Amino acid sequence: MTTTLENPTHSLSANEPSWLAERRAAGLDQFKSLAMPTARDEAWRFASVGKLSIDDFNPVPAPATSTLDALTERSDLVTARAGRCVYVDDAPANFEGISQELADQGVIYLPLTEAIEQHPELLEKYFLQESTELGSEKFFGLHAATVKAGAVLYVPKGVEIADPFVNYYWTSGTRSAVFPHTLVIAEDNSKVSVVDLFFSETKENEALNISVSNIHAGANAHVFRKIVQDWNEKTVSFQLDTTVAERDAQVQNVAVNIGAERARFESQTRIEGPGADVKMYSLTVAEESQEFDQRTYQTHNAGNAVSDLLYKNALLDNSRTIFSGLIKVAEGAQQTDAYQTNRNLLLDPTADANALPGLEILANDVRCSHGATTGNVDEAELFYMMQRGISRRVAMQLMVFGFFEEVIEKIDSDELAENLRQLIHNKFESKIK
Amino acid sequence: MNTLEIKNLNVSIDGQAILKDFNLTIPKGEVHALMGPNGTGKSTLAKVMAGHEDYTVESGEILLDGENILGKEADEISHAGLFLAFQYPMEIPGVSIANFIRAARQARLPEGEDINAVEYYKELYAKMDSLKMDRKFTARSLNEGFSGGEKKRCEILQMAMLEPKYCVMDETDSGLDIDALRIVSEGVNHMRSEERGFLVITHYQRLLDYIIPDVVHVMYDGRIVHSGDKELAKELESKGYDWVKEEFASASA
Repeated sequence: MTTTLENPTHSLSANEPSWLAERRAAGLDQFKSLAMPTARDEAWRFASVGKLSIDDFNPVPAPATSTLDALTERSDLVTARAGRCVYVDDAPANFEGISQELADQGVIYLPLTEAIEQHPELLEKYFLQESTELGSEKFFGLHAATVKAGAVLYVPKGVEIADPFVNYYWTSGTRSAVFPHTLVIAEDNSKVSVVDLFFSETKENEALNISVSNIHAGANAHVFRKIVQDWNEKTVSFQLDTTVAERDAQVQNVAVNIGAERARFESQTRIEGPGADVKMYSLTVAEESQEFDQRTYQTHNAGNAVSDLLYKNALLDNSRTIFSGLIKVAEGAQQTDAYQTNRNLLLDPTADANALPGLEILANDVRCSHGATTGNVDEAELFYMMQRGISRRVAMQLMVFGFFEEVIEKIDSDELAENLRQLIHNKFESKIK
Repeated sequence: MNTLEIKNLNVSIDGQAILKDFNLTIPKGEVHALMGPNGTGKSTLAKVMAGHEDYTVESGEILLDGENILGKEADEISHAGLFLAFQYPMEIPGVSIANFIRAARQARLPEGEDINAVEYYKELYAKMDSLKMDRKFTARSLNEGFSGGEKKRCEILQMAMLEPKYCVMDETDSGLDIDALRIVSEGVNHMRSEERGFLVITHYQRLLDYIIPDVVHVMYDGRIVHSGDKELAKELESKGYDWVKEEFASASA
């Protein structure tokens, strides 16, 4: 494979600390040495890897100021916030820093490059330390070699912040490659929430995204992360996320996936302390020829902890989803509660949902369950709704909202929940005659 | 023109004839009761009128104020003005009553026009109050976990909110205790008007103590075999459906 991505033209390492230069070099090496995935790889089972080309995508120059301003203007899904950063094609468009009050408490919220400059020890400890084990190691390597856009959030012990930090990652240019990174470090007894949003400027601009997000939740920390992936359908996207939860930490991840032509989502959860409770919720609307490929890994290295995963997918047209989940309970991690559920609703007979749930349990006193169901639209329900005068597509939309409500109602912000309903509604609108 | 007219309707399922040259005319302003033994085609008639696709229509017409609705999609038939109160209302998880009825009302508006939310809720609450439904129900998922009586009240609420020209009520009394029966009947009686016709399908006479019909039809083996006034329902109750079978089996053979 040849791609200019192998040889980054912009110099990243000039002013960077040596540890980072080493990690970048290792990443580039990883990217170059690993082969592109093939259909024979277990980690890519059912995925259309043949169509997974990253060729001819490149980091692009920063867009015009007018574009940065216009997209900053559109970065308005969450108005009550503690901070916001907006990137367009990995170029900084806007940054709203934290209040003096939070700064006085030791909170750090900075664009990635500034965080590296100002807090190198913190970044050395946490930045690019969690690769993926779920198949996209090659792409993680490219991310490590190239990443320059992102948000770093550090919340010291005992600090609680009510409003969320909101990170917008936009694409705009021609065949733009972006590598956004969100790093959240929540120290013991802290409380914080983050919203990451992935958007395209237009319906047409083609893009490649390889994003990474890491959450480190200290003892009894509460972290709530919401992810909205609404790329246009000309985007190839990899999201490689890891959550590490220490003792009694409570972490909630809620992901809403609407966009991209091909979206690979790798989500790793590692429980490192007893009493931790991690929830992973996801809802996906797939249409046309979209493919959503979701791989999850719940690892319990400590006992007495809970992880609960619920992924719901609604599929239209010729779309495809793949869910492959693994729960691994380490030896000695007794009294683990680990759950994994994948539910798929097929709205058209041509849609295709694949599920591969899995368990690997090395402890003997655990409660684990995994299950996947795939169902079609209930014709009797549809008839009932249509008898009230509701058209077939609107009835289906209502059913999809009903199907998703279980996840949407977990979002604590009414504003965001309503905005998400609107995004899903917009996706259906073109289909309602 | 102000009638719901079913003409020579022949319907089958899997090659078996269910409705056989069925004829019935319901003028606006009248309540017609349709009674008959189980398995005689009453519920099939209701579903075919509403546009259910599981049945094969061999021939016939259903004229709603002169417009043939047979063969149209269920939502189009609803827009034409026919409402079916289901014998077994479906449970729709995650869809609230308020949003469901709102979507049904929205579907009747011209494109670009939106429902006035304030007026909508005012009307919804008033109609719920008269059906003695708790206002908290609006946020509950449609019919999910409802008792039999709650489901039927919810059907009448939808009927009241959509103000159809013709109401077909399929075994609305099934699963109701006497209090619920009274409340549901009051709801229906409240909607009786010169502008609206009713077809009340029931197996039992007791519903007709509350919703007094103008005409009672007896259905047997896919067609109406006898019609009369409200006294016919009482006669049926006392003589039982065996009487119908004996009386009309030869006629339909």
